[in-house]
Amino acid sequence: MPKLVIDDKEIEVPDDMTVLQAAAEAGIEIPVFCYHPKLSIAGNCRMCLVEVKNTPKPVASCAMPVCEGMVVHTNSAMVKKARKGVLEFLLINHPLDCPICDQGGECDLQDITMAYGRSSSRFDLNKRAVPDKEFGPLIETAMNRCIQCTRCVRFSSEIVGIPELGAMGRGEDMEIGTYVQKTVTSELSGNMIDICPVGALTSKPYSFKGRSWELAHTPSIDVFDAVGSAIRVDTRGREVMRILPRQNDEINETWISDKTRFAYDGLKYQRLDQPYARREDGLLHPVGWNEAFSLIADRLQHVPGDHIAALAGDMVDAEAMVALKDLMTSLGSPHVDCRQEGSSVGMGPRCSYLFNTTIAGIEQADFCLLIGTNPRWEAPLINARIRKNYLFNNLPVASIGPTYPLGYPVSDLGNDPLILEKILKGKHPICSALKTAKKPILILGQGALRRDDGDVILRLTQEIADKYGFVQKVWNGFNVLQIAASRVAGLDLSFVPGAKGYGAQKILEGAKKKKIEVVYLLAADEIDVRLLESAFVIYQGHHGDRGATVADVILPGCAYTEKEGTYVNTEGRVQKTLKATPPPGEAKEDWKIIKALSDKLGLSLPYATPKEIQARLVEVNPLFDEVDRIQPSFWKPFGREGDVNPIPFEFAIQNFYMTDSISRHSRTMAKCVQQILGWEKAHV
Amino acid sequence: MKMTSHPLLKVFKTFFLVDLLSGMYLTLKYMFRKKVTLMYPYEKGSLSVRFRGEHALRRYPNGEERCIACKLCEAVCPSQAITIEAEEREDGSRRTTRYDIDMTKCIYCGLCEEACPVDAIVEGPNFEFSTETREELYYDKDKLLSNGDRWEVEIAERLEREAIGR
Repeated sequence: MPKLVIDDKEIEVPDDMTVLQAAAEAGIEIPVFCYHPKLSIAGNCRMCLVEVKNTPKPVASCAMPVCEGMVVHTNSAMVKKARKGVLEFLLINHPLDCPICDQGGECDLQDITMAYGRSSSRFDLNKRAVPDKEFGPLIETAMNRCIQCTRCVRFSSEIVGIPELGAMGRGEDMEIGTYVQKTVTSELSGNMIDICPVGALTSKPYSFKGRSWELAHTPSIDVFDAVGSAIRVDTRGREVMRILPRQNDEINETWISDKTRFAYDGLKYQRLDQPYARREDGLLHPVGWNEAFSLIADRLQHVPGDHIAALAGDMVDAEAMVALKDLMTSLGSPHVDCRQEGSSVGMGPRCSYLFNTTIAGIEQADFCLLIGTNPRWEAPLINARIRKNYLFNNLPVASIGPTYPLGYPVSDLGNDPLILEKILKGKHPICSALKTAKKPILILGQGALRRDDGDVILRLTQEIADKYGFVQKVWNGFNVLQIAASRVAGLDLSFVPGAKGYGAQKILEGAKKKKIEVVYLLAADEIDVRLLESAFVIYQGHHGDRGATVADVILPGCAYTEKEGTYVNTEGRVQKTLKATPPPGEAKEDWKIIKALSDKLGLSLPYATPKEIQARLVEVNPLFDEVDRIQPSFWKPFGREGDVNPIPFEFAIQNFYMTDSISRHSRTMAKCVQQILGWEKAHV
Repeated sequence: MKMTSHPLLKVFKTFFLVDLLSGMYLTLKYMFRKKVTLMYPYEKGSLSVRFRGEHALRRYPNGEERCIACKLCEAVCPSQAITIEAEEREDGSRRTTRYDIDMTKCIYCGLCEEACPVDAIVEGPNFEFSTETREELYYDKDKLLSNGDRWEVEIAERLEREAIGR
């Protein structure tokens, strides 16, 4: 632990720190452009120059390791002169177009020039001109503004692992680009906009729409996948203008996926803003709340409890699920399911459906086995963690299932579920690697679990985990990768069929056979709605999507930016969203709709305030009291003995950009499908 | 003061109507001076080039609107009278889709003009824009641009004369 003096402050820091980091520890700010805490050190912008005693020239602090007895000055005359000089050079070719630049107001170059730069330029020759690049539907480029910090280049080659960007030419002719004109294909590409310190890379959908100072910020949680990334919803008035990541090193570090970032425009289209009811003419007509409730009450009057069923969708908050479960219980129906796609997995102990290693824990693993999963699409940020471990520790990764380029080498074991049996019997070449691994992890994807033999595979995987030491005293390497934001909360609240209850598949079949007369769809859209044609369907949700097409009564609910909702991510971490905008029209918070309906039915649910519904959540499962923390889950046997079906695995997500009712109505996502995936039409 | 307080002097002044005559003398004096009355609205007084009157949005000589939707005027406006919405225009340039000024909120401080990097929003010489209804004072982009077209000659002249001081 070397001791050094920075600006007369003595500080002791670990050996592997740089002067810049040490200064940050001491609370001294050094301006930077190319340095980024999550990327490798490039040292090419020279903005972080400091004076070190007994060195003749200024030193780039981002690349200078600390050593014992160093005396650093960050505010001396030499440093000030150096900063002025560096900024003057950077501004030689940087256009003065701040008024039309979307970065204006949140630009590092603007801020640092104001703080450390000269007030005027002495350069009166022509500035260089660089042709703009076409990076696809998400990133707008203005390459004249680029200061060649190479953050974006390092991001694509280090964090994403798909080196699509690079620098061509030298000196003044240096340009950042894709070498050959192409679309940036990464699912994390939007983060390049955040890390660009100037306005060279800006958001295309947000282009020219707003200014950073007129936006209200609301910290929230993402629900497009089960990772639960920390996000910031930026709004102006009633409109969501953009979504940015918040730093949370436990989950998403400082990144978010492109779907999280850009699908917000889906919140504006095809919204359900008032209750509807289907009349005799077969069409949906707008009605008032009272009329909608009366229709439901009339219909439910003559239906026995076990002819009613409820399905919850993938973006539903825990409050709505617990309210609906209570309502169904009081109606006497055991047919509830939060697994709308019809999976049978999730009835076991908590460890059987969680990402037990935790996302941050991936960094400690020394072997990774992927089973029927494409983490790049199912959870881009978990894929980025695996990539990070590969980058630092050369993590060996093996995969059973279909292959997809993940950004790190994967040894493909084939796409045959029977390989799992071979591994269990120790007859597979990979077994020796599994035996030597000290902290192995396996990631079981929904592609392997959303099959008829899903729970057999679950049991098989548990046996493999037990045999090869995936589960130790302080290490649990057994992971199920959920892809639905509401799933873990649903399973924690046991929003699953009760005794003699039907699962999702049976509910749909039952509806077709008229055994189920009334189906309550709580934003459940990923189902075969044709089966529901003969049933009375109540659809409660925020988008007029698949479920609404067969609905007899539509109750307009809130999207995730419009309510305070509780979600549990794939690790089992309880998190809360905050209300950023009011819901459109007459839409109401989901649990309040269910509560109001229960009053109408004369089955009043015993909670009316947010506090009371929170208390109810905690009553059903005490885990909901532990916000932002992970409760360790106990290792117990789960799954079902049986024969594995030799049909190959299929990925659970076929189209990353359109997985739910919001992203299906996003125009940006539609452009991504066309230009990034190269599909002519979005396969909805 | 002491003089007036003298009782004899007071009697003298009252008796000979001194105050009345001095007033009449002033009136008589101004009857022979040059008149200052302006026959408004047929005659008008001179205005400083810095006079801050009715707002206008200007165009470039080729007819392209100057405003680039940087929103600096909206940000600087102390009475929050300006509302701007922007979008990318079809040709890819940054333009406003909405530029409203609530003239009833405006305090005519001139900060919007000061903040504008392209001399698009200006406060012109016109001060005669009173209306019969409040609604007519909620100016939109069309109104402001037509103001600019109408007053362009005067505004350009004023800006040129003011250039040294800016």
